[in-house]
Amino acid sequence: MAIEIPAALTPERLRGMLRTMLTIRQFDQRALELYREGVMRGSTHPYIGMEAVAVGACAALDPADRITSTHRGHGHCLAKGGDPRLMMAELLGKATGYCKGKGGSMHIADVEAGILGANGIVGGGIGLAAGAALAAQLAGRDDVTVCFFGDGALNQGILHESANLAAIWKLPVVFVCENNQYAMSARADKFTSVPDPTVRAIAYGFPGVSCDGMDVLAVYRAVAAAAARARAGGGPSLVVCATYRYFGHHVGDPLNYRDKAEVDAWRQRDPIERFEQTLIGRGILAAVDIERLRGEVAGEIESAVAFAKASPEPEMTALMEDVYA
Amino acid sequence: MSRPLIETTPTAVAGTRSLTYAEALNEALREEMRRDPRVFVMGEDVAVWGGGGIFGVTKGLVDEFGPQRVRDTPISEEAIAAVAVGAAVAGARPVAEFMYVDFMGLAMEPIVNQAAKIRYMFGGKARVPVVFRAQEGAGRGNAAQHSQSLEAWFAHIPGLKVVVPSTPADAKGLLISAIRDDNPVVFLEHKALYNLRGPVPEGEFTIPLGVADCKREGRHATFVGIHTMVHKALAAAEVLAREGIELEVIDPRTLVPCDLDTVVASVRKTGRLVVGHEAYERCGIGAEIITQVVTAAFDALDAPPIRLCGKNVPIPYNARLEAAALPQQEDIVTAVRRLVA
Repeated sequence: MAIEIPAALTPERLRGMLRTMLTIRQFDQRALELYREGVMRGSTHPYIGMEAVAVGACAALDPADRITSTHRGHGHCLAKGGDPRLMMAELLGKATGYCKGKGGSMHIADVEAGILGANGIVGGGIGLAAGAALAAQLAGRDDVTVCFFGDGALNQGILHESANLAAIWKLPVVFVCENNQYAMSARADKFTSVPDPTVRAIAYGFPGVSCDGMDVLAVYRAVAAAAARARAGGGPSLVVCATYRYFGHHVGDPLNYRDKAEVDAWRQRDPIERFEQTLIGRGILAAVDIERLRGEVAGEIESAVAFAKASPEPEMTALMEDVYA
Repeated sequence: MSRPLIETTPTAVAGTRSLTYAEALNEALREEMRRDPRVFVMGEDVAVWGGGGIFGVTKGLVDEFGPQRVRDTPISEEAIAAVAVGAAVAGARPVAEFMYVDFMGLAMEPIVNQAAKIRYMFGGKARVPVVFRAQEGAGRGNAAQHSQSLEAWFAHIPGLKVVVPSTPADAKGLLISAIRDDNPVVFLEHKALYNLRGPVPEGEFTIPLGVADCKREGRHATFVGIHTMVHKALAAAEVLAREGIELEVIDPRTLVPCDLDTVVASVRKTGRLVVGHEAYERCGIGAEIITQVVTAAFDALDAPPIRLCGKNVPIPYNARLEAAALPQQEDIVTAVRRLVA
């Protein structure tokens, strides 16, 4: 079956989407290495395997639109236009990082660019997204907010409260659930009361759709439709993306709750390889172009690491700064 | 509204009118909403119920500003807080109301983990100009889940400011400053003060956050307290004055930032300190004030400081038990007599 490519996605934009997916994968592969080398502190939550969700969703947004992200947030930030150099510097706790080294992996944000922050609290971004959407509605702007959250957040109370509020106020927000099947060791299908989380939307009276979260074009189509509805004053939607994290919750995950066969089955559906095949099949890129792109991205990530490593530590005076405006 | 617990006679001051505490708060909201279109109010029963709020603080605002800017919400305290924070980060200036401070237990995540920390976590590249309004305090028979004073919870968290006005003028001037502040401000009113009348200046009137007010001068002992305790201390000071004891009454008005200099200067003058609040004694703000004073002015103290606080017990319903759970005017008189003896 021929894959239909949405008309808005020009060859240039498709190439950009693949480039961003490659950037996310290589960024997080490098972050894992730095973590294992002991260069990074705290924890890191790799987005590897889930690239289609962030890139497909953010491709459906305008620059003035906003996102809220999660603890597994590097992919969202890069997809919304985040600079890998400032992100890598933040992972290394450097003064040049997005948060001057005071936030780290779980708090990377660029409010000016519409990235309202990764979040260390599961579901912590959900109410913030509804609030950002309310601010847009009150100011008469037509920007929308995409709220990324994982299957673990499906069972946080804030989702219920925010979904109801967004529905009664017709807030321009798109709830994008990344169902990567596990919240740490808790399987989504065992810890959520319904097998398909999209049915939760029925209870709030707004559309809920599921899509293949390993297919960047499927995610794009679903989020673009939801964003258009929100922009036109139609209110919120829920988009549930079935996806998978290839690695553990973070480095040090015992991974005793899933077997290799399951991981291998998901890896067979790798979102990057799949998108590459689509672009090659449609004559948009040749294999050699993709190799060149991969090399470009690798250079960019290495330059980000070099920038981060060469950057200064924060001054000790930074400790007590930025508590209050 | 039931009989006011604090009765005072309004004093005529040039350039002022007499307003109740609730009217003064209402005027602050109204003036700021007229001045800045980004300011909006949201909360449970703030628009329709009785024309605006169970204590009338938001009365009539929906008529002037419409239901977009004066928004009744469902009973969803966590979302009220979180949505206000998100809106603030995205450019609005929300005033989110919680009907009782006790209900803020449901909203601590967005207040403590998001609002208070966003600016710091983001390296100073965000502003969170949100006011979380609530009323606290006992004295009305509202029992354990509607009578607490929880200001210490919020004062403990870096990134929040905490305001606790005791008079109509302070309520107005401080609420305007809170709304104009670019930080999250927890603005705690006291339910027994809403009908209290007092002079409020005409025209543009603000009080900066972090400036204490000496409500009565005295030279024998210093009382530092908030909300109803200010009024109980002023009444106690009248009794003590007849015995020749002059009690100085300091109202910090904001707990974060806290004007310690004014408190320390007073203790340096009097040598004696009593702190008072309705909040539970254990880990209350009084412990913090005493620690700060002892650290800064140990040499000035002629006697160990005394705490007059709520007992470490849930607030009971029965009137006599409730009164016994709270520090009273007579407790202040007794404590000060003991200090100066």
